Amino acid sequence: MSPHATVHDIDRRPAITSLRSKDLLGISDLTPDEITLILDTADAMKEIASRPIKKVPALRGKTVVNLFFEPSTRTRTSFEIAEKRLSADTLNIAIATSSVVKGETLADTALNLEAMHPDMIVLRHSSSGACHLLSRICRSAIINAGDGMHEHPTQALLDAFTIRERKRQLNGLKVAIIGDLLHSRVLRSNILLLTRMGADVWVCGPPTLMPADIRRFGVTATSSIEAAVTGADVIMLLRIQLERMEGAYFPSLREYFNVFGMSEARMQLAKPDVMIMHPGPMNRGVEIASEVADGPYSVILDQVANGVAVRMAVLYLLAGGAEHEEAA
Amino acid sequence: MKRLLKGGRVVDPANGIDGVRDILIEGERIARVASNLPADGATVVEIPDGLVICPGFIDMHVHLREPGQEHKETVATGTASAVAGGFTAVACMPNTNPVNDNANVTTYILNKAREANLARVYPIGAVSRGSHGELLADIADMRNAGCVAITDDGHPVKTAILLRRALEYAGMFGMPVIEHCEDPSLKGDAVAHEGYYAASLGLRGMPGACEALGVERGVLLAELTGSSFHVAHMSARASLRAVRKAKEAGVHVTCEVAPHHFTLTDEALAAPVAYDTNTKMNPPLREAADRDAMLDGISDGSVDAIATDHAPHHYDEKKVEYDRAPFGIVGLETAVPLSLDRLVHAGLIRLPRLVELMSTNPARILRVPGGSLAEGAPADITIIAPDLRVRVQAAAMRSRSKNTPFDGWELRGGVAATVVGGRTLFVNPDASVGI
Repeated sequence: MSPHATVHDIDRRPAITSLRSKDLLGISDLTPDEITLILDTADAMKEIASRPIKKVPALRGKTVVNLFFEPSTRTRTSFEIAEKRLSADTLNIAIATSSVVKGETLADTALNLEAMHPDMIVLRHSSSGACHLLSRICRSAIINAGDGMHEHPTQALLDAFTIRERKRQLNGLKVAIIGDLLHSRVLRSNILLLTRMGADVWVCGPPTLMPADIRRFGVTATSSIEAAVTGADVIMLLRIQLERMEGAYFPSLREYFNVFGMSEARMQLAKPDVMIMHPGPMNRGVEIASEVADGPYSVILDQVANGVAVRMAVLYLLAGGAEHEEAA
Repeated sequence: MKRLLKGGRVVDPANGIDGVRDILIEGERIARVASNLPADGATVVEIPDGLVICPGFIDMHVHLREPGQEHKETVATGTASAVAGGFTAVACMPNTNPVNDNANVTTYILNKAREANLARVYPIGAVSRGSHGELLADIADMRNAGCVAITDDGHPVKTAILLRRALEYAGMFGMPVIEHCEDPSLKGDAVAHEGYYAASLGLRGMPGACEALGVERGVLLAELTGSSFHVAHMSARASLRAVRKAKEAGVHVTCEVAPHHFTLTDEALAAPVAYDTNTKMNPPLREAADRDAMLDGISDGSVDAIATDHAPHHYDEKKVEYDRAPFGIVGLETAVPLSLDRLVHAGLIRLPRLVELMSTNPARILRVPGGSLAEGAPADITIIAPDLRVRVQAAAMRSRSKNTPFDGWELRGGVAATVVGGRTLFVNPDASVGI
């Protein structure tokens, strides 16, 4: 199997064939060339899903631990399928069954796993920076599957992959990201990736849910959803958690939808070929109307499908890519 | 026993001295301070060029953790750390376990200090029983046992009415109320300063206004009651503005700044090591404009004292996720090098002002002996080596805990020797002083 892309991308071909870091802690560590390399590799990986036998031997003999301290269906399943399609040996540790309930520290849990020589640890954790802690004490490659309010790099990569599939490139696109900006790790990773690749990123939400100094991230921030979506090539909605209402971030879900919800009427302000995206899980009727989520512009399920290909690409590249395959 | 310190530069702003003097120590006290004193039977100690003799430094904000958290620090290890850092006295915060809210705990701490027999220890009692913010602690009892001030440090005094009562009641004894200024609802479960770095690292932030609201509440109540109010570990520019305004209005308010708040900014959360839990303290490392305001306040006289907020924590407690780590860093053994390097050598202040900040003013605010080399005063002396090249080594610290963000830093200026009650308790072998 070749990691080289064969499909329709016209982004600059990266001059590199491997990633510099042993870990994927966040988009903040990736150069534009590395991002393009991952997306190109994912192009090749996507083809595997259309084969009758959806398995390649790329990660044969590698052990991958999926260590999830937060409930997750989509991301954990996506990683597990990606690992299995690459023939890795995988095991899943969820918080309920881990020794954390016995009061073990994250560092000790990681060191105990490490003693059994896994090659990669995929970590989901509610604390920002948990992956950095593991990266400092583990030899295994650490893949961030979402840490607190910090980053969710594979989500941003699959979003970029999905956009690139339709729009051929990211440079110059107007991307509007709307919702709970303050608590969203998806937002941070997407801002880093999209601005790095030349997109014009607009973020929109109530001022109560806006991170401090958001403009220093190189985005346009607004609380006018009309301004955000006008002329947008891509509209990305972020989940509004019900408990935010109790934190007095906004008065009610109904009012939130009235002011910030993505309705069909508001969608008319965007470009005619706008893409509607959502990282899930969706709150229908809160951040997005069902008619929009289920409508012809929605690529929400494409995102899920592409998540497997992008995660295969990340696993493959961190395992050493073509070099590892040759050695095996 | 008599000793004559000969030929050193003496900086003692309380007595208006900045020049070469000899100091005669007799037993526990300073007998004479003058030029060209005769040896007259005393052991002569020649002070090498470049060293500076100061009244003993007093750290008015440390956590000694005893009783109850001896795995972090004890009175003995904390006072060993103090003398190694050039401090002849420390004032320790009451958030021990049990809380120092009664004379028994105060006496326990002072007994431990007597056993250690190193730096002097001035306990600070709690404002409220258990620091729960409901009933006043046994303030008069604690004062009689040796407490010099009261605070619910770690948290602000829970309600304005209780802070008012504390100011009124402690004011009767001339004791200051020291306040950890913070609005709890604005703080929420924040772990860092609200700004670009917390936002990009996904850490919950508290703004400077969170602290300044507490300062404003305190100065208003200090004005109302006429009592003395002291702002602990000030970090935000809005707090400094409130203190300046209150001082102009004649309110009895004083404030301290910790070395980490005039040295570091919230950029340290991201680099050189992202999520280093030794950058987590409360109040948090703030943005550059706040750090610069602290430097301004130090140089223009608005800031009264430098205090470390020495907060030892075991490495197990810090080797966790950032949001789970406890707040605080150790500071006793880095305060003098950081102050000399960042304040004196940076040209912001001169040595007499540094001595005011680290000795004269803390003694005046807490109304304790020291802060002066007057004849008849206790022979508490800090000898500094302003040009000594110092490399911070966490592993070599005397404190039981090593939680510092300054490990490996190279700084200009250090401690040469520490003398408490006439006894030399610390000599820095790198500074060649034969005391």
